[in-house]
Amino acid sequence: MIDYIWIVIALPLAGALFLHFFGQRLAEPWAGVIATSTIGGAFMYAAIAAADFLTGSGEPEVVHLFDWISALGADAELLWDPLSAVMTVTVTGVGSLIHLYSIGYMHGDPRYGRFFTNLNFFAASMLILVLADNFGLLFVGWELVGLSSYLLISFWFTKPSAAAAGKKAFVVNRIGDVGFLIGLMLILANFNTLTYGTVLEEPARFVTAGTATTITLLLLLGAAGKSAQIPLHFWLPDAMEGPTPVSALIHAATMVTAGVYMVARTASLFELASFSATTVATVGAFTAFFAATIALMQRDIKRVLAFSTISQLGYMFLAVGTGAYVAAIFHLFTHAFFKALLFLGSGSVIHALDGEQDMAKMGGLRKVMPFTHATMAVGWLAIIGIPPLAGFWSKDEILALAFGAGGWFRFLWVLGLITALLTAVYMTRWMYLTFWGQARWDDGVHPHESPAVMTLPLLALAGGSIFFGLLNTPFHGPFKPAFEHFLEPSFEAIDMAHLPEGSTPWILAAISVATAVLGAFFAFRRYRGAEAFDRVPVAQGRTGVWRWVRNGYYVDDIIGNLLVLPGKLVAAWTAFVMDSEIIDGSVRAVGGGVRRVGGWLRPLQTGFVRNYAAVTFSGVVALLVWFVSRGVV
Amino acid sequence: MEVTAGWYLSLGAVLFVIGAGGMMLRRNALVMFMSIELMLNAVNLSFVAVGRHTGDLNGQVAVFFVMVVAAAEVVVGLAIIIAVFRRRASASVDDLAVLKG
Repeated sequence: MIDYIWIVIALPLAGALFLHFFGQRLAEPWAGVIATSTIGGAFMYAAIAAADFLTGSGEPEVVHLFDWISALGADAELLWDPLSAVMTVTVTGVGSLIHLYSIGYMHGDPRYGRFFTNLNFFAASMLILVLADNFGLLFVGWELVGLSSYLLISFWFTKPSAAAAGKKAFVVNRIGDVGFLIGLMLILANFNTLTYGTVLEEPARFVTAGTATTITLLLLLGAAGKSAQIPLHFWLPDAMEGPTPVSALIHAATMVTAGVYMVARTASLFELASFSATTVATVGAFTAFFAATIALMQRDIKRVLAFSTISQLGYMFLAVGTGAYVAAIFHLFTHAFFKALLFLGSGSVIHALDGEQDMAKMGGLRKVMPFTHATMAVGWLAIIGIPPLAGFWSKDEILALAFGAGGWFRFLWVLGLITALLTAVYMTRWMYLTFWGQARWDDGVHPHESPAVMTLPLLALAGGSIFFGLLNTPFHGPFKPAFEHFLEPSFEAIDMAHLPEGSTPWILAAISVATAVLGAFFAFRRYRGAEAFDRVPVAQGRTGVWRWVRNGYYVDDIIGNLLVLPGKLVAAWTAFVMDSEIIDGSVRAVGGGVRRVGGWLRPLQTGFVRNYAAVTFSGVVALLVWFVSRGVV
Repeated sequence: MEVTAGWYLSLGAVLFVIGAGGMMLRRNALVMFMSIELMLNAVNLSFVAVGRHTGDLNGQVAVFFVMVVAAAEVVVGLAIIIAVFRRRASASVDDLAVLKG
């Protein structure tokens, strides 16, 4: 079974290859059906293979496919252990539902077949990333998901904003990749191989804490780029230009979690470098907080969710930095469900309103879209952390572990708690402006419930959002912390963060539930009523600090003016001064000089034979005179 | 009074200068052609005179070559002049300056 685990990658890859050539020629639903069945098949295979770990009979296994760069320890080898199993099941499971949903959502698109080609290609790339057994193959997957993300963000490339967003995502990811690549070179220099087995088993034998800190900080840069953490977070909101299923699959549930996965995978390196781990946690907590504040002020239904995703990824970074790897992967897992649910629900709304994304023109959709509304309500309760839904268990585990770590992490815990409050506020606002309150949509728009092919995935994801939190409860007895038990073999050697003793976790849980309820209550009070939309903190925010927040603290403008503008100026100088003036100028000067000298010499050619004869004779005479005077003749 | 080589050489020089002058001053192609012939023959005369003076046969051999080349040149040159004349009804070389820069 495990020996053939490459089938999980090969299925969507074959689907992508087939659809690349024939997808556009198939009648409409068939490209989607093929793509969905390949990823669905991969999910089933992965789920059955992962079942061995559940029963406790599974052992981490390395599958050698073929030699690739053996000298660097980078062969095509797959690692099947609980961590990669969880990632694979999440990617293929949520991916299948989103593929299914896309069959309905992309209905009527002229490039229907191409969309599913790219979607399948993304799935294969992501699976390479999570199944790789060395940093070389990991990097291949890492870059391939970047590429497919680019292709899918700018899927509607005739829209300039979509093309620009794809470019932005690609370039920002590339900045992170520079760090990542240098980190890999340092690993190669110190360990002489890129294989996980050697690098991660006992890194202290090869490197000092200082080297490990350097390596891990560089890896963090790569992770921050991929997972949209400060300071490389600003590409993700723009990535919402892509079709909504793409936002759900790539920019919420799977690809952006690659950074979290990578840090969790390299846990033993981060353990060696406590400074890096603290940095990871700090970056995560601050990202969570700032992204949540920005989410308060957005008007676009998907941008709220984009900032919410950045914020939730911040929680995961906080967790991996704290050493709470299981909690991080657990939150990654539950977040994949409820965030995909929220995105697909917003896609359902956008679909119903003929592409409208501005929440100022929504409201009151509860009555016309009861099914979407009901599943969205589940997603809303899950993300703000109301027990017993999924978000509560995973988020509170992270917060409790951060609290338990003490010291600086106590402060990060406070930030996380404030973020939880803000999350409750902006998600309740989101629900109000979209589904509740008064209808504000334009005349001539007739919202309708989405077809079954779109609502079924919503139902499945809502089910996951309700129940999957129970996979890892702190209670012992009937509810064993199954998830932790499941992941244990992957983190055997790692010193994990522990929950505080005694009643503290209960108090912490009570505090965060109270926080969520408080935030939701505040938002209920604030956004009820007709003129809700005009209130601060709503979209208006024209003054003072709110204006800052609404514009994402002007990070885009700062980066634009500080980095992009000089770059553009240098490029403009090279193009319009260096090339067209200096280089072209020198060529033109040579040409002009020849022409001018020619102009001077031109009158010599009179065209009169006698002139030429006279010159010839004068020459002869002059020569004669010279010879005679020199006494030669 | 003995006619020495100097006399012949002087005559050759005079003829050559006349030919050169005609070459440079006239614009009728035929007359210019005749001037060239004059110059060639002036040189021939000098060759023969010097050859006889030094008792060297090479001077007379060179004259044969010059005459052969001149004959060939006349054939080509006259053909060109006639062709031009047919096109333009004029033998003035100044009209043939279309290739100047």
